[in-house]
Amino acid sequence: MSAASGRLSLKDGLRVASVGLRARRLRAALSALGIAIGTAAIVAVLGLSSSSQAGLLAEIDRLGTNMLTVEAGQTVTGQPVELPTEAPSRLTLLQDVQQVAHTGLIKGKGVYRSPIIPATQTGGLQVRAASLDLLTVLNTNVAEGSWLNPGTARVPVAVLGSVAAERLGIGAAFTGERVWLGGQWFDVVGVLESSPLAPDVDTSALIGYPAAKRYLGYLSLARGVRKAGPPSSIYVRADTDRVAATQPLLAPTANPREPDGVDVSQPSDALTARAAAAGAFNSLFLGLGVVALIVGAVGVANIMIISVLERRSEIGLRRALGATEGQIRMQFLTESILLAAIGGIAGVLAGIVATAVYASSKNWAIVVPVEAWAGGIASAILIGAAAGLLPAIRASRMSPTEALRTV
Amino acid sequence: MSGEPVLELDEVTKVYGEEPPVAALRGVSFSIRQGELAAIVGPSGSGKSTLLHIMGTLERPSSGTVRIRGIDAERLDDRELSLLRAREIGFVFQQFFLAEHATVRENVADGLLYAGVPAPERYRRADEALERVGLSDRATFKPTKISGGQRQRVAIARALVGSPAIVLADEPTGNLDSRTGASIMDLLRELGAAGSTIVMITHDASLADQLPRQIRILDGQVVSDSRGDHDLTVAESEPS
Repeated sequence: MSAASGRLSLKDGLRVASVGLRARRLRAALSALGIAIGTAAIVAVLGLSSSSQAGLLAEIDRLGTNMLTVEAGQTVTGQPVELPTEAPSRLTLLQDVQQVAHTGLIKGKGVYRSPIIPATQTGGLQVRAASLDLLTVLNTNVAEGSWLNPGTARVPVAVLGSVAAERLGIGAAFTGERVWLGGQWFDVVGVLESSPLAPDVDTSALIGYPAAKRYLGYLSLARGVRKAGPPSSIYVRADTDRVAATQPLLAPTANPREPDGVDVSQPSDALTARAAAAGAFNSLFLGLGVVALIVGAVGVANIMIISVLERRSEIGLRRALGATEGQIRMQFLTESILLAAIGGIAGVLAGIVATAVYASSKNWAIVVPVEAWAGGIASAILIGAAAGLLPAIRASRMSPTEALRTV
Repeated sequence: MSGEPVLELDEVTKVYGEEPPVAALRGVSFSIRQGELAAIVGPSGSGKSTLLHIMGTLERPSSGTVRIRGIDAERLDDRELSLLRAREIGFVFQQFFLAEHATVRENVADGLLYAGVPAPERYRRADEALERVGLSDRATFKPTKISGGQRQRVAIARALVGSPAIVLADEPTGNLDSRTGASIMDLLRELGAAGSTIVMITHDASLADQLPRQIRILDGQVVSDSRGDHDLTVAESEPS
C-alpha cells in the first residue's frame, strides 16, 4: 500500500461528476434550461443596450461632432430676436469655421397635400428656405430625386425632409407629385434622408431662398436692400479641434448688436446623451432575468436533492469502492456546477444570437460586453455551486451502510 | 492454508440506537487468514449484514477492534479508511451495483477508481480481472446486455481488480437462479484455489457448506466456527 492518496485526476473527476447528467439527459437539459433562460435574458438585455449605444455612437461619428447650430433666440425679456441676414457670411469669416449653411423658417406657411385640406392641419410640418450647401454641412443625402440647384432654387419646387415626405404620403415614386405650399403648387423634386443633427429639417419642405422671396414674400431689409431672409438656423462646421474655442465666438459674430438673442448649441451633444441613455440597460428586463436565474437555481437544487435520494446505492457502492466523504461531496457539487454551467453557456449563446439578430436588423454593430457573457457564465457557476452545496453535503453525510441498504 | 491473518475481529460489538439500545453484534471474534475461503452463515436478523459492514470498514464497531492486514481500522480517519477500502477490500453485492451506462470494462476498472491508480493501469488490470472471471469477450458490452450471472461475474471482477487483501461477498447468488448460482460458487472456489481470500455472507447453509470453512452466527454471536482459532463463548470450535 503506497503512501499516495486516492485523489481522482481532473478527467476522472469530471467523468464521475457527469455520470448523473449522462444517465438522465432530458432531466439535465430541462433543469439547465431554467438557468439558460435567465442567463439569456440578462445577456440579451446587456447586449442590446450596448449594441444600440454602439449604433448611435457610430451614427454620431459618421455625422461628425464638429457641427454647431446658431439659432434665432430671445432677448432676456423674452422678445424674439431675428438673426441678421448677413450673419451667415459674417460667420464664414471666422478663422476656424470651415463651412456655413442656413435655413429660414417661413412662419405662417404650411405644406399640404391639396388645397382642400384646412390650413390649420399642418401635420406639424414647416416650410423653410434653404441655402444650397445645406446637405454638405448636415452630412445628409438625398434619398430620392435631387437636391435644389441654382436653377430650381428660383422656381416653385420643393425638396421634402424624410418625416415631411412620410406624413404627406409621398414615397419613392414621387415623379409628378406636387404639394400645396403657401397658396400655390410646388413640384416635389427630391426627398431627403433623415438628418439627426438637424431634426427640424426632417419635418420641413425646403425651397430655395429666391423662390421663397418671389413666391412667399419671404424677405427682409438689409442696408436698404430687399433680400431673401432672414435665416433662422445657421449650421456651422468648425475645425474639429477648435470647436470649443469657436463656440463662444459665434453669437457675437452672428448678431453683434444682440448676442444674447442668439442660441448656440452642439447637436452631437444631444445625440451623445441619447446614446448614454440607450446604453443604460433596461432594468425591468434585467430584473426578470435575475428572477429567472433564481427560479432556475431552485430547480437545480431540487433536481440535485432528488438525484441524491435516487442514487443512494451508487453512493454506497462508491464508498465501498473507497470514495471518501470529500470525494462524494465533490462529485455532487461538480455535477451541480456542470449542470448550471451548461445552462449558463447555452444561455449566453442564446443571448448573443438574440443580440446579433436584433442588432443586424437595425444595422448596429453587434456588441456583447465582456461583463455580460463572462458574468453570465460566472453567475451560472456560482448558482450551481450554491444550489448543489446542500445536496452534496447530504450525499457525503449519508452513511455507506444506509446507502447500501436501501434498494 | 494458514497464511498471515488478513482480517481480525476481536470482541466486536455493535449497538444501534439509544432508547432502547439494540445489540446487533455481541462480542464477535475470529480471524481470516491469507488465502482462506470462508462462509459466514446465519438467518436473517442474525447480524450478518452488520458484520459484513464492520468487516468492510463501512461501519465502525461500538467496541472491539477490526484489523485489516494488521492495521487497526479504529485508528484511521475517513480518508485513510477510504483508501484502505479502495486498496485492501473488494465488495460483491447481491444486487451487483453495476453502472448501466458504462461498459463492462469500465465498471471493472472503476474498482480501482479511488485507489490512486492511473487510468491506463486500471484498464490493463480490468482486462486481467475479466479474464480471470471468463468474461474477456464481453468487455465492451453494457451491463444491460449481459445475463445476471455474467453481471455478477463483472462485479466479482471489479472486487478482484485491485488484488485486495480480502473479498467480501454479500449473498452473491441471492439474485440468481440455482444453476447460475452454482456457477458463481464454482468461480469463487476457483478464485480461492488460486489464492484469493474470500468471505461469503449467506443465509443458505447448503451454500455455506460448499466452502471449506463456515462461521455460523445467531443473535449477534458466533455459535460455531469450523476452523476457529479464537475461544468462543457460546459454542465449541470444531477442529479443522
